[in-house]
Amino acid sequence: MFRYAVARLLGAIPTLFALVTIAFFLVRLAPGGPFDDERQLPPEIEANLQRAYNLDAPLTSQYLRYLGDLARGDLGPSFKYKDYSVAELIATGLPATLRIGLSALVVAVLAGVFCGAVAALRRNGWVDRVVMTLAMTGIAIPNFVVAPALTLLLGVYLRLLPVGGWGDGAFRFLILPVVALALPKIAYVARLTRGSLAEVLGSPYIRTARAKGLRGTTILVRHAARAALLPVVSYLGPTAAALLTGSVVIEQIFGIPGLGRYFVQGALNRDYTLVLGIVLFYGTLIILLNLLADLAYGWLDPRVRYD
Amino acid sequence: MSLPSALRQIVAATAIALLPITAQAAGVLNRGNGAEPETLDPQKSTGVPEANIQRDLFEGLVTEAADGKLIPGAATAWTVSDDGLTYRFTLRPWARLLDPAQASKYAFMLWPLKNAEKFSKGEVKDPAEIGVKAEGPGTLVVTLERPTPYLIGLLAHHASYPVNRKAIEAHGDRWTRPGNLVGNGAFTLAEWTPQDRLRIDRSKTFHDAANVALDSVYYYPTEDIQAEYKRYRAGELDITYLIPPDQIAAARRDMPNEVRIVPYFGTYYYALNMTRAPFKDNPKLRQALSLAIDRTAIVEKVAKAGELPAYAWVPPNTGNYRNPAIEIASKTQAERDAMAKALLAEAGFGAGKPAPEVEILYNTNDLHKRVAIAVAAMWEQKLGVKAKLVNQEWKVYLDMGREMQFDVRRAAWIGDYDDAWSFLELLKSDVGKQNPARYENPAYDDLLRRSAAERDLDARAKLMAEAEVMMLNDVPIIPIWHYVSRALVKPYVKGRIDNVQDFHSSRWMSVAK
Amino acid sequence: MAGWIRGCAMTDAVLPRSPGGRAWARLRRNPTAVAAMIVLGVIAGLCIVGPWVIPHSYDAVSWENILTAPDWSSGHWFGTDPNGRDLLARTLVGGRISLMVGLVASLVSLVIGVSWGAVAGYTGGRVDGVMMRIVDILYALPFMFFVILLMVYFGRNIVLIFVAIGAVEWLTMARIVRGQTLSLKRREFIEAARAIGVPGLTIVRRHIVPNVAGPVIVFLTLTIPEVMLIESFISFLGLGVQEPMTSWGVLISEGAQNIEEAPWLLAFPGTCLALTLLCLNLLGDALRDALDPRDGR
Repeated sequence: MFRYAVARLLGAIPTLFALVTIAFFLVRLAPGGPFDDERQLPPEIEANLQRAYNLDAPLTSQYLRYLGDLARGDLGPSFKYKDYSVAELIATGLPATLRIGLSALVVAVLAGVFCGAVAALRRNGWVDRVVMTLAMTGIAIPNFVVAPALTLLLGVYLRLLPVGGWGDGAFRFLILPVVALALPKIAYVARLTRGSLAEVLGSPYIRTARAKGLRGTTILVRHAARAALLPVVSYLGPTAAALLTGSVVIEQIFGIPGLGRYFVQGALNRDYTLVLGIVLFYGTLIILLNLLADLAYGWLDPRVRYD
Repeated sequence: MSLPSALRQIVAATAIALLPITAQAAGVLNRGNGAEPETLDPQKSTGVPEANIQRDLFEGLVTEAADGKLIPGAATAWTVSDDGLTYRFTLRPWARLLDPAQASKYAFMLWPLKNAEKFSKGEVKDPAEIGVKAEGPGTLVVTLERPTPYLIGLLAHHASYPVNRKAIEAHGDRWTRPGNLVGNGAFTLAEWTPQDRLRIDRSKTFHDAANVALDSVYYYPTEDIQAEYKRYRAGELDITYLIPPDQIAAARRDMPNEVRIVPYFGTYYYALNMTRAPFKDNPKLRQALSLAIDRTAIVEKVAKAGELPAYAWVPPNTGNYRNPAIEIASKTQAERDAMAKALLAEAGFGAGKPAPEVEILYNTNDLHKRVAIAVAAMWEQKLGVKAKLVNQEWKVYLDMGREMQFDVRRAAWIGDYDDAWSFLELLKSDVGKQNPARYENPAYDDLLRRSAAERDLDARAKLMAEAEVMMLNDVPIIPIWHYVSRALVKPYVKGRIDNVQDFHSSRWMSVAK
Repeated sequence: MAGWIRGCAMTDAVLPRSPGGRAWARLRRNPTAVAAMIVLGVIAGLCIVGPWVIPHSYDAVSWENILTAPDWSSGHWFGTDPNGRDLLARTLVGGRISLMVGLVASLVSLVIGVSWGAVAGYTGGRVDGVMMRIVDILYALPFMFFVILLMVYFGRNIVLIFVAIGAVEWLTMARIVRGQTLSLKRREFIEAARAIGVPGLTIVRRHIVPNVAGPVIVFLTLTIPEVMLIESFISFLGLGVQEPMTSWGVLISEGAQNIEEAPWLLAFPGTCLALTLLCLNLLGDALRDALDPRDGR
């Protein structure tokens, strides 16, 4: 498995290269440029700006120059936030996004697996139905509804929690965004867990284990859990990536200085370098997380072999 | 970690979470500021959020008092020569010199300066030839190409703020960071976390530091105005950037003393594409469409903030100007509708030739969408003109607007300085792509040219008014309303005085708890 | 053991032979599933037929009735929106769009995702590596840009929304299917089929695909809601359905801005969406139970 992991990591390099290339040209295809504004630039000044940011060179030469800068670790300046470089923006945005994303991931997995397991164990009983209905509501209500509703209740009316802001990551600023972000994921994880655990519990080898006289918890933890968690792990890879790269809606509503907003804003502002920087980051993260998920898969299911 | 310590952590966290969070230090102001500032460099920025912060960090030769009036800033006094071409400014002892040769979207505003335009275009190479010179250590002499009555106002604009050359040379692009930024304003930059907040602290070296009441000001980016409204109600913000239109009625009902709605120096309008059919060479159609819009209904039912229905281009109470009387403004809507129908028929549309279908382009925004829906409904109900709504995101919208790929386009113009010229010059035929309708009228251009050469302010105002009326009759643009600025201000904030340019320096404000 | 075999024989005699038929019979016997199907049918029916029947049109602006509460007499049973348009009509019309997007985009992602994932997982080796690498690259692409480009170059076509969303959703489906395939690959019956000489593609079609049906169906019923939400996000940014057309996602995001002053704006479309998603999920659960090939019940 170690060789497999190394091979995957090495294979990641051409993947990232392809990613950057596609993204570079894709980004510049959209109409409009980073300096367009309602107030028209006099043509001389526009020419000055284009020259200063190297946007007047032919596309291929810009591309090669970008690659050169990348090799030196320079992600370039942000076209929109002119006082900051892309690396700085990512560096300031990352901690916030990580904290919220990781917290939401942990909450989603723990709560989701727990709910799903309980439901599967009491399959078709009232516990099952109640838990599943609650989980369903989590999926059915988009987070741009949950967030305002929660902030209204807890922030404005009851004044229990701050409505927005980050406060350098103090705990109380985390609660609402994490809950709002995690809620739909809890539902997904619960459903996946219930589905696969129920399936696993009905399978022959579990019946054999029960026939052998093993206790319920042993069966659950030692035998059923591994197989049941397979779809969850598959789902977790991209989910973790999505959570960690931030949710645009949550960050906007709560005023969190995270990466998610840069992604969408960068695209809408035609901030080429910022978008490319985040694409690179996102790409690396996805590849790593998928690798982790695959490795976890292999660990959980001994029948899986990587050739 | 062990269970008891974990439990303790949970209890502690819950306790902290339940603490009331509105800790207000005396002398600290929390301002919602709309978008995250793109840059704090006064010569590179273009937006209002940036200007708000820069107003606290820097001071131009001239600055604004709490009510927006121009008062001496870095210059203590100035004189004007008789021909209006030379201004002499007496500087405060330690004022730094400004450098007009920087690339800036506003550089063209300083083109009345001698040779500034030529320098920008590369025709004149030596910066020493630009009409800004120091005459001795305490005097600045500004020479102009032509008399510019609004020059003093221009010098209060952020493009004219002095920047410290040594700081820029030492730090390059990072000179706007806390610790590097050197400014002559009432505050200094203390802390800046992008997308989170920005803090400025009172400057000890400001020439009027004794009269500055606030210790610190926090600027928060508040792009989501609904979220901003909630934060204000929760006590986390003292001043907001905007009020969501749907909440204005509720705000007026629940906190009437905190709602500040004040006329603002700008016009919301629809630009008509004069370069192609159906609007090219079709003045009657254009006039009909303009008349059929019930601006009062739009202002009351859609925008809801008490905007002023606009039939003219330049907002009322503009400096050096007397707004011309507009005939159709005094009629009732029913009369205007009748006129519109008649004009449409005169333009040849009716049973035989159905009215054309037009596209209304607008950028993604709830308010613009609603206005477009309302206007489309009015045109259809009253004139049978079908309008298709085209919504594009900001950059695409700008691009299409510049390349004239629209029939009707939603737009807005905010004046940069308190003079009618900042509105009227937009429709000259020689401004290229900035002209929203590509309006080309040599008579209009001529009137404006004569007004620019006119030294007598009254005569100048008359010429400009004549130009405005001429342009309005041609309807290259359909004005809809004159803006109002909307903000919520906590009752304990003092020193924030309403003014038409919505300039509120923190220098004059205090927090009285 | 003997009783179990006898039980199997008995059920075989009573139930239809094909797996599909058996699944359908099992489904019909599940009261929750039946209820869900009925509710879904009613909602879909109302959305399709309703707009022609109710008194108001979805795009007619009524100046006197801006933002009014639900009122039986005026015919605005769900109230009106900030532009004075009937909310009931807009909810039904929006339902058409949302349901269509949900179904079509999910089907697109299903077909592409299952084929891709099963082939990749079964083939293994370098082919698998390349196929999943492609998935990784596509995943990291800025989705926003892809959508913006499509919308700008090819116009605001509703078909494009299907394409754009489907093009993103199949990626996760492929990963899940590949994962399941990897574990199925080593099972005895697959090895047996290979030993007999059944061609790879047939194995994929006949054995792998039905056996991954379980998690895939469950994931599908999770995809449809996600698709509907993505569509509302796209519309939110001004890149989806054009005014005056609307969707539940658009209506809900508008309603969320006005919870205090006009709660009906959120309540009605929100309930419709929630109900639809609830039924889809219940149906998905029941389908999974019904399709379980090892279930001897």
